[in-house]
Amino acid sequence: MTSELPPEFIVKVDHDRCRRCKRCVMSCSFGGMQFTDKVVPEHRNCVACQRCATFCPESAIAITRNELAYKENANWSPETRQNILKQAETGGMLLAGMGNPREYQIIWDHLVIDACQVTNPSIDPLREPMELRTYLGRKPEHLEFSVDANGELELATELAPQVKLDVPIIFAAMSYGAVSLNTHRSLAMAAQKSGSLMNTGEGGLHTDLYPYSENIIVQVASGRFGVHSEYLNTCAMVEIKIGQGAKPGIGGHLPGEKVGEEISKTRMIPVGTDALSPAPHHDIYSIEDLSQLIYAIKEATDYTKPVSVKISAVHNVAAIASGIVRAGADIVTIDGFRGGTGATPMVIRDHVGIPIELALAAVDQRLRDEGIRNNASLICAGGLRSSGDVAKAIALGADATIIGTAALVAIGCRICQKCYTGNCAWGIATQKPELVRRLDPQVGAMRLSNLLTAWSLELKEVLGSLGVNSIESLRGSRERLRGVGLDEQTLKLLGIKPAGIGQ
Amino acid sequence: MRCDCYIPSGCSISGIISESGKRLDGNAIIRSIALMHDRANGLGGGFAAYGVYPRHADQYALHMMFDNIEAKERCEERFKDAFDIVLDEEMPTRPGGVYEEETSGRSAEYGTGSQPITDPPILWRYFMDVPEDKTGFVSEREYVVEKVMQINSGVEGTFVASSGKNMGAFKGVGYPEDIGVFYKLDEYKAYTWTAHGRFPTNTPGWWGGAHPFCLLDWSIVHNGEISSYGINKRYLEPFGYKLELRTDTEVVAYLFDLLVRRHKMPIELATKTLAAPFWKDIDRMPDREREVATAIRQVYGGALLNGPFSIILGHSRGMVGFNDRIKLRPMTCARKDDMLYISSEESAIWEIAPDLDKVWSPKAGTPVAGVLDEEVE
Repeated sequence: MTSELPPEFIVKVDHDRCRRCKRCVMSCSFGGMQFTDKVVPEHRNCVACQRCATFCPESAIAITRNELAYKENANWSPETRQNILKQAETGGMLLAGMGNPREYQIIWDHLVIDACQVTNPSIDPLREPMELRTYLGRKPEHLEFSVDANGELELATELAPQVKLDVPIIFAAMSYGAVSLNTHRSLAMAAQKSGSLMNTGEGGLHTDLYPYSENIIVQVASGRFGVHSEYLNTCAMVEIKIGQGAKPGIGGHLPGEKVGEEISKTRMIPVGTDALSPAPHHDIYSIEDLSQLIYAIKEATDYTKPVSVKISAVHNVAAIASGIVRAGADIVTIDGFRGGTGATPMVIRDHVGIPIELALAAVDQRLRDEGIRNNASLICAGGLRSSGDVAKAIALGADATIIGTAALVAIGCRICQKCYTGNCAWGIATQKPELVRRLDPQVGAMRLSNLLTAWSLELKEVLGSLGVNSIESLRGSRERLRGVGLDEQTLKLLGIKPAGIGQ
Repeated sequence: MRCDCYIPSGCSISGIISESGKRLDGNAIIRSIALMHDRANGLGGGFAAYGVYPRHADQYALHMMFDNIEAKERCEERFKDAFDIVLDEEMPTRPGGVYEEETSGRSAEYGTGSQPITDPPILWRYFMDVPEDKTGFVSEREYVVEKVMQINSGVEGTFVASSGKNMGAFKGVGYPEDIGVFYKLDEYKAYTWTAHGRFPTNTPGWWGGAHPFCLLDWSIVHNGEISSYGINKRYLEPFGYKLELRTDTEVVAYLFDLLVRRHKMPIELATKTLAAPFWKDIDRMPDREREVATAIRQVYGGALLNGPFSIILGHSRGMVGFNDRIKLRPMTCARKDDMLYISSEESAIWEIAPDLDKVWSPKAGTPVAGVLDEEVE
């Protein structure tokens, strides 16, 4: 059956400027450019990833939306009709990549931050120390001290393992398989350079990255790919992945064609076999099962690594997080519905889960109400776009934040949402050697590290304008946030006042 | 009468301690705080005094403020249930009294009429024992804290100004020197005095909102603003503290209560928890010291006080002055024999002690402690 789908984009080539170098033809990994006697775009294949336009030496390429492919209709958007046509032709589920792109309210954009005027001086971060250092891990409710024979004070409390961050922003879990080894390399090198962490995702850790262990979170997900004793001990922290913001309640599927030699070794599965991650962990059907896995990992690591549990933000997230803390987790990571993925059914990505702002506020408050907030660090993920979002997340109660999509954008991603095709023209979400090669890990690491440096500088400016010189004075300090254009119930859930009201 | 809005404020503070336990009358501390008249604006002043009730040293002395007689009756019902009242009496006051020197008493500053102190609430003090059979599973002091929290948050028109033993808070709306005269502080003798002159940036007219803030033996006078108030409040709430006074200073009193009384931290370490050293300095400390400082910052991040402040903490065994981490508010100290003076301005010390052994301005975050000799009762 010939497809009736109209092309989504129109690629315009300015033939007066085009010097016929064919660079665009080579750049396009989706078959969107042909060359006969001149460059001929295949509009139907274009995904608007902008690779060709970015690298055209004459800037002769412009990609536009195919405006009137569908007649205007407020109820029937072009996307809706396109999806129906696709399903009518194939009878399949719609696949999607990245995070939820729909027009739900972005609560971050309705939050504003306080600043000092007169009664308390603001602090200049260029002149005064400004501290972002953060420790992740379980904290006791209080410390005990003893006095030794010389009358000197000693710490009598033994602290659970703590992971130090120089910047409260870490890289999201993205598996080797979903992304390329060069992406992993970029992330690991940048994490080391910036005093942060990268997360292996569920696909194991390539041996090339073992030297970066102090800046790596190793993940244990439902497929248990690449999980072995050495893996669990080659890290700063272990994370049990229960859920992912982009696909709560859904497992994963890495098609066999992506499982080459290196992935096969790393994931410990035969070359060419599909890597299927079940929706639930088949040894975790209850909170007490989770507790067993947490303690199994603690045993395997001799209680030297904090164990994190990552869940997606769903309706009952506060009670679930409380259970996770009581089950023994040292860190809870919450991933909101804007969080990204390499592949998920579109219906799940676009309609399941709740905004991270509300989930974070609810969890932080619940843990405080129960008097167990100190028992675990709280990490917030899911579509954070700027240092402003990070500052707001920390003010709502997060110990640290996670960036995934923002990190990928820094190394080339244009959010074309075609990760699941394996054709990523930027060398990120692909295993094709000729595409992977496009991402230079040195350059990638530099760009990622630059991003963290830039956001750190901005966070310090925010702290300084708030008149505080340490991140812990912002953490959970919701008094320094105000809501603009939020309804009363949302304000209540966020634990903040509307703008215009003083302290 | 209670103000519902948050009131940032600037201020002056002063403190005197005789470590050998000599009891001084209130004239010196009044003169010291009066010299800093211009740092206040007549909207709040107060004093804390330790050693003032030697005859009732074993009883909790509750200084109370009531909006009206009904509030007093409601509160007394609670007291009768919770405590054995040994003595209760009206606070001695000198209505219409004015500080004589030129720094104050200028009628122009008080609007019409020359009365510096107007509309005081009903001021009453109670000396009370805690009946042993009432405390249940909590300690006596924990029991008193609970009752204070319940009264401040649950009995309308009632405020507990102080609740320690052998100490009291004397505070109200007015310039501090006039408040001192009003409360007849020249007739009290104490080995530790602290004082506060307030410059709130709007009009509260609420006596309870003046400094010092007290809980049990703790008293806090504070110049500055706690910019980390939001998280300090949220940190304290799970421990059962009710932050009802809408001022940042109360978090300081409660943090000391939590760290020192409940978590058994030495006072000096508690000041280094609230005004913690910077990581750059911690990283260079000797091993053991670094271990302590690192753990404190990891565990007590929610207790870190940030923003500009100088604070004098009074307690039953002495007083401690300390600054914020980058010294955004002034604080000067001086010693003469067994006396320690701490003040916002050096002049306020010279004013009352013209012959000093040593005068210095402590570095940011460095606590200065005056400690009563052990034999002083």
